[in-house]
Amino acid sequence: MSAFAQLPGVAGQSTSPPAARPGRYRLLPYLLLLPGVAWLFLFFALPLAQLAAASLYDPNGSLSTGYTMTWAFGNYPAALQAYWPQFGRSFRYAGTALVLALLMGYPLAYVIACKAGRWRNLLLVCVVAPMFTSFLVRTLAWKTILSDHGWLVGLLRDVHLLGPDGRLLATPVAVVLGLTYNFLPFLVLPLYASLERLDHRLVEASRDLYASRWQTFRRVTLPLSRPGLIAGTLLFFIPATGDYINAELLGTPNEYMIGNVIDSAFLVRLDYPQGAALSFLLISAILAVVFGYLRRAGEDVR
Amino acid sequence: MRLSRWLARHWVMGVALLVLGYLLLPIAVVAALSVNRPANRLSYDFHEFTLDNWRNPCATSEMCDAVLRSVQIGFIATVVATTLGTLMAFALARHRLRGRSGLNVLIFLPMATPELVLGTSLLTLFVAGGVPLGFWTIVLAHVMFCLSFVVVTVKARLAGMDRRLEEAAMDLYASEWQTFRRITLPLVLPGIVAAALLAFSLSFDDFIITNFNSGTTVTFPMYVWGAAQRGIPPQVNVIGTAMFLIALLLVLTSTLRRGGRRLRNP
Amino acid sequence: MARDVPAGDLCLADLTKTFGAFTAVDGLSLTIGQGSFFALLGASGCGKTTTLRMIAGLEEPTSGQVLLGGRDIARLRPHKRPVNTVFQSYALFPHLDVFENVAFGLRRRGIRPVDGQVRQMLTLMGLDGYERRRPAQLSGGEQQRVALARALINHPQVLLLDEPLGALDLKLRRRMQIELKRIQTGAGITFLHVTHDQEEAMTMADTVAVMNAGRVEQLGAPAEIYEFPATAFVANFLGQSNLIAGVVAGGNGGDVLITAHGVRFSVPSARARADRGPVYLGVRPEKLHLVDSVDQVPAGSQYLTGTITDASYVGVSTQYLLRAGCDTELSVFVANSGTQRRYGPGDRAVAYWNPQHAFLLGRRADEDEPSTPVLDEPVGAARD
Repeated sequence: MSAFAQLPGVAGQSTSPPAARPGRYRLLPYLLLLPGVAWLFLFFALPLAQLAAASLYDPNGSLSTGYTMTWAFGNYPAALQAYWPQFGRSFRYAGTALVLALLMGYPLAYVIACKAGRWRNLLLVCVVAPMFTSFLVRTLAWKTILSDHGWLVGLLRDVHLLGPDGRLLATPVAVVLGLTYNFLPFLVLPLYASLERLDHRLVEASRDLYASRWQTFRRVTLPLSRPGLIAGTLLFFIPATGDYINAELLGTPNEYMIGNVIDSAFLVRLDYPQGAALSFLLISAILAVVFGYLRRAGEDVR
Repeated sequence: MRLSRWLARHWVMGVALLVLGYLLLPIAVVAALSVNRPANRLSYDFHEFTLDNWRNPCATSEMCDAVLRSVQIGFIATVVATTLGTLMAFALARHRLRGRSGLNVLIFLPMATPELVLGTSLLTLFVAGGVPLGFWTIVLAHVMFCLSFVVVTVKARLAGMDRRLEEAAMDLYASEWQTFRRITLPLVLPGIVAAALLAFSLSFDDFIITNFNSGTTVTFPMYVWGAAQRGIPPQVNVIGTAMFLIALLLVLTSTLRRGGRRLRNP
Repeated sequence: MARDVPAGDLCLADLTKTFGAFTAVDGLSLTIGQGSFFALLGASGCGKTTTLRMIAGLEEPTSGQVLLGGRDIARLRPHKRPVNTVFQSYALFPHLDVFENVAFGLRRRGIRPVDGQVRQMLTLMGLDGYERRRPAQLSGGEQQRVALARALINHPQVLLLDEPLGALDLKLRRRMQIELKRIQTGAGITFLHVTHDQEEAMTMADTVAVMNAGRVEQLGAPAEIYEFPATAFVANFLGQSNLIAGVVAGGNGGDVLITAHGVRFSVPSARARADRGPVYLGVRPEKLHLVDSVDQVPAGSQYLTGTITDASYVGVSTQYLLRAGCDTELSVFVANSGTQRRYGPGDRAVAYWNPQHAFLLGRRADEDEPSTPVLDEPVGAARD
């Protein structure tokens, strides 16, 4: 007999009669969901419905005289016609910024995930931490960096990349740079997450099977990081298209995007039907681009 | 030959460091401007070193009022969104539900909708309903867009949790409530804290949605936006730098604590 | 439930669990005597873990009873049962230190003070000085002992062990097997051990139940099952067997006569599970002996002649494959005692056995005739 004979005995288990199995919890999950779902319904779904209604109001009404619902579908073509250039610009700028962000973000995410070793956490912090500084303040900092008498413009003028009167601020370049900067972390983080999960042995296996560095990247790393690439692209593109801060702070009315127009429709011109119609056009356009993209990206995966 | 080989091997690293510089450059500028005595109100160039801005961050009392208001709004929105979002995450992660996919869409959509549209739609609703815009409409809006992020964050933590730990607790005489209190909650807590921090930072930094629903209430981003036209007091950069440092400190201490634990583990 | 039920026996009565269309456990009936060490052995997916979870209360039976000392506990919630579990990969609470992990069950039942009991338990387990460590800072063996301490301190009537040694390396496994056995004997607690490792089951358990597809194929003492398996599944799951397909040709006093590939064999009727129709004649590889020619075969033995096709030296023994014509390939283990001649591929040899060591199993007529023994690892070698 081992010392176990002296185990702290708990003789006489107190046992209660068989209780019913938890069927009483059936309603619990719905109760847990109720407040949150109600909130999303009241302050997300309902407002969208109201926005849809507002986009069909009589365009001749005003905030002071009140709006009447006249199912004015004409608001849409009218808004599109009036602000076609800004629409085009939004997608052009966001698209250009996306390409730039991919060129910058992929190497960064790759290095953090695969090459950083013990510096990984520090690098991640460097990507995340700027997001905690007010993004308006950061965008204003770009104004300083790109200003006409700043060192950057001076440098570019000296190497004749810019003419003697050339400038960066108040140009499309500044707006695209700002967009790229502001939303780059949204692209890098999901990309990093999927690269980090990538099994390094796959890369070694590919190298072992006679693939060059480039072929390995093209045939193994890139396809396997596709989920992160898709998520990051969407997280970048959607807010970038709807942004108007960069155009406002770093550009001029010549660089205004659709966001600036919507902002002024609601807050300056107080033309709600037009602003609502433009908002819906923006979502529809984004959805169209996103679904088109997802479909192609999804096919490629297969 | 050797150089080109070295370049071929390390150019990715070089590009990554450049990109990192691009990400950090504005922060450096903000930090520099926070210790700058500007030449005039509209100048954003470095002129003269001073610590006055740090010594006296509330020189512009409007700005400090705005910061305080943002903190209040952020706090309320965080508490509400974290509570509601955590409950939802538990329901979604732990129970079989009817209409789960519909729910997931409802949670995902606010994150996929441009903030601009979230802002304008809420504005039309508040105007149509005759709700006076101000402090509370901002809170309502902030809870709405923070909620989805909280649900996603907490749900991920719950999904990563080993169900057998709860089974083990039940096996060791813990009732459902005790299991939740002693095992589930402590293990999910880091996820909840992370969600709360995320919610606060989202709320504190939000400009676009707030801009449509604030009425005459001025939050910190609203103040910066307004001041941008008239000339920004350098104290704004003090706030920006301080926020960056606080975030850095939070993240670093949590990684260091985790890293330390891993080190002691052979 | 043939015998009288003593106070602490664990009885499973017609226990069934279905998941949708899949039947995980199919009308299982077992009696596990108080204080015994019982092993449920089977491949992954055979229903052994589901059985364990139903006893622990983590899974509700579709039908049937779990009786502990005559009381049905099948529908009690887990925390109301005097049963504790050592989970596969332990499920130690990562946010609690070793002391709090071990004290968890005592605290939940409101037992106070816990200090003395926990320290005594940790001392017993050789975990002194580990009180304030977190599970992540422990080695696999230490975690295993904490998991065991955490369960044993509650002095359960039944301790359930779900592949508790699966995560340990071979050496540690052996040591823990012996230790577990010692603890079980000392504590007098019923141990129900679920494993896919036949060697582990045989080393530790008094009684082994071999499970397949939700049912018990055979139940008995390890030696009994090994020496006289009841089905072809058991014959090949528990160790290896040479199964030669044949047909019963008649009886001869105490023997059953079999024809296989035109050759006549006999098996004592006490070792026959079938006495008519298609059968398997089974012989364990280590019960076969090799000699150079038929004249060397001792009287009373039966034999097959063939050619060595493979010889693997594995230290304690050499494992041969002997092709005995007619597609019959026998596996033969010869102990490397130094008294035996070594054969190489291509050598002619005769394999003989004592009919007392053979066994006869029923075979469905439509079953193919696997004259070649199953030489792969037992199916259960895959981990759950």
